[in-house]
Amino acid sequence: MVDLELTFEKNLSIGQKIEPRDWMPENYRKQLIRLISQHAHSEIVGMLPEGNWITRAPSLRRKIALLAKVQDEAGHGLYLYCAAETLGISREEMFDQLHTKKAKYSSIFNYPTLTWADIGMIGWLVDGAAIINQTTMAKCSYGPYSRGLLRICKEENFHKIQGMEIVGILCSGTNEQKEMAQESLNRWWWPSLMMFGPHDTNSPNSSDLMKWKIKIKSNDELRQRFVDMTVEQAKVFGLTIPDPELKFNTETRSWETGEINWDEFYSVINGNGLCNNERISARRSAYEDNSWVRDAATSYKIKKNKKAEAA
Amino acid sequence: MHLKNDNSLFEYLVRLGDDRLILGHRLSEWCGHAPILEEDIALANIAQDCIGHATHFLNAASEVENKIKTADELTYFRDAIDYKNLLIMELPKGDFAFTIVRQFLVDSFTFLLYEKLQNSGNKFISDITTKALKEVQYHLRHSSQWVLRLGDGTELSHEKTQNALNILWLYTNEMFESDEIENSPSLKNFITKSSDLESEWENKVISHLQNATLKIPEMQTNYLSGGRRGIHTEHLGHLLSEMQIVARTYPGAKW
Ligand SMILES: [Fe+2]
Ligand SMILES: [Fe+2]
Repeated sequence: MVDLELTFEKNLSIGQKIEPRDWMPENYRKQLIRLISQHAHSEIVGMLPEGNWITRAPSLRRKIALLAKVQDEAGHGLYLYCAAETLGISREEMFDQLHTKKAKYSSIFNYPTLTWADIGMIGWLVDGAAIINQTTMAKCSYGPYSRGLLRICKEENFHKIQGMEIVGILCSGTNEQKEMAQESLNRWWWPSLMMFGPHDTNSPNSSDLMKWKIKIKSNDELRQRFVDMTVEQAKVFGLTIPDPELKFNTETRSWETGEINWDEFYSVINGNGLCNNERISARRSAYEDNSWVRDAATSYKIKKNKKAEAA
Repeated sequence: MHLKNDNSLFEYLVRLGDDRLILGHRLSEWCGHAPILEEDIALANIAQDCIGHATHFLNAASEVENKIKTADELTYFRDAIDYKNLLIMELPKGDFAFTIVRQFLVDSFTFLLYEKLQNSGNKFISDITTKALKEVQYHLRHSSQWVLRLGDGTELSHEKTQNALNILWLYTNEMFESDEIENSPSLKNFITKSSDLESEWENKVISHLQNATLKIPEMQTNYLSGGRRGIHTEHLGHLLSEMQIVARTYPGAKW
């Protein structure tokens, strides 16, 4: 036991990835399952707010691109569920945790998509924030997750570019389109800052996670990187960041924001966002109302195997 | 109906485009709500293909009419009576059995049609269908497999699939109605009359449905049709009002 633990610690310290067959502390396993399944849930719940606009996308090209994007997110979900399964939990168990609200997913998806501009804003801000989180996480110690993230980030980058293209076209369009973009930014700005989680001082899981290298940078560091990047991009678009306290600190050479509304953050996490119930019930009914489809596939497979055996 | 001499090609391309567009729309409604994650991916993929084909056909239609309207304008600024898709495409997505049976009946038809149209003397038609055929072949494989799983799966899935088939069968005859557009002299070397595909379609479809333990509905006298003339079910208007809302609210805007 001591040997195993030493090997594990040694691998961590020299940056060797931990693989599914390696020994790992029970809590390391638990934390990883929590993180990866939370990420997988975010991918598939994230399909809903964007899927909401597929049937209304205003051009054929946008419609196809949005379908492709939401399809990518399903692919990410699938990939991540598989990564979590290497740690000894099944997809059904994870779905069950999601459907019974035991598992969390990114709170941003509990906000509604109300206009077409929201589709651009999600690509630019939400995929943008996810990229910052995930490229950092790709350096994490668990092999399957780390490799999965590298692949996922490539696609997220593409989503961000698509989103910025949508926002850019709106901002160089008619007055109504510009207003649509600004109004949408006003709604999505703060929730995207919240995507990085609570301040470091209030982040209960962080120290263990950092020791095990399943967290590399702190929430506030990553958030700052996002703010600095996004404020400059907003300038190019001619959009105003909805934060009267936003100012450039000439010493640190970075943008300081006003305080995030943490009451809202915790309230949405705890189930009181506009769409929490819709999101879970949509996922639940996709799964439960269609259980007969999965039963049919299983039963057909059994019949087919029996026939093959008999032949 | 007032037909200009060379209007038939435009009409024909619009029909092919509308079929793909409306079917793709219905498939896209599953995105995020499919029975398994793998099907979210598959159905979204097929929907993209369909809307991609629609884009090509409507672009070609636009070219034929000297770009009086772009493909997007044809999509977003036409009313239901000007849409020329088959009725089967516009029926609400229903449950998974309904979606799969429709997809199988339509894929079988589209496959046979594009196989012939590949050799069209019209470059638009041959180029588009040659490329699309590979995708349709994949769609057909996907829907065929699911017809087997659902038809020959459990008692419940069999029942749902049989019910879907009984309803959808009424809309299949419309696929093979060759009207004055298809018979127009200007299309003679460009197209294959859909009526010529009927017996092959019937043979293939019936044998596969029987493999899936499904009962072929009795020959109906009350087959339904009208889509090619712009006479639709009431569903299409609602579908279009959703699809077109943003584009029509901001006419002239670019996206
Ligand atoms: Fe993703
Ligand atoms: Fe994404």
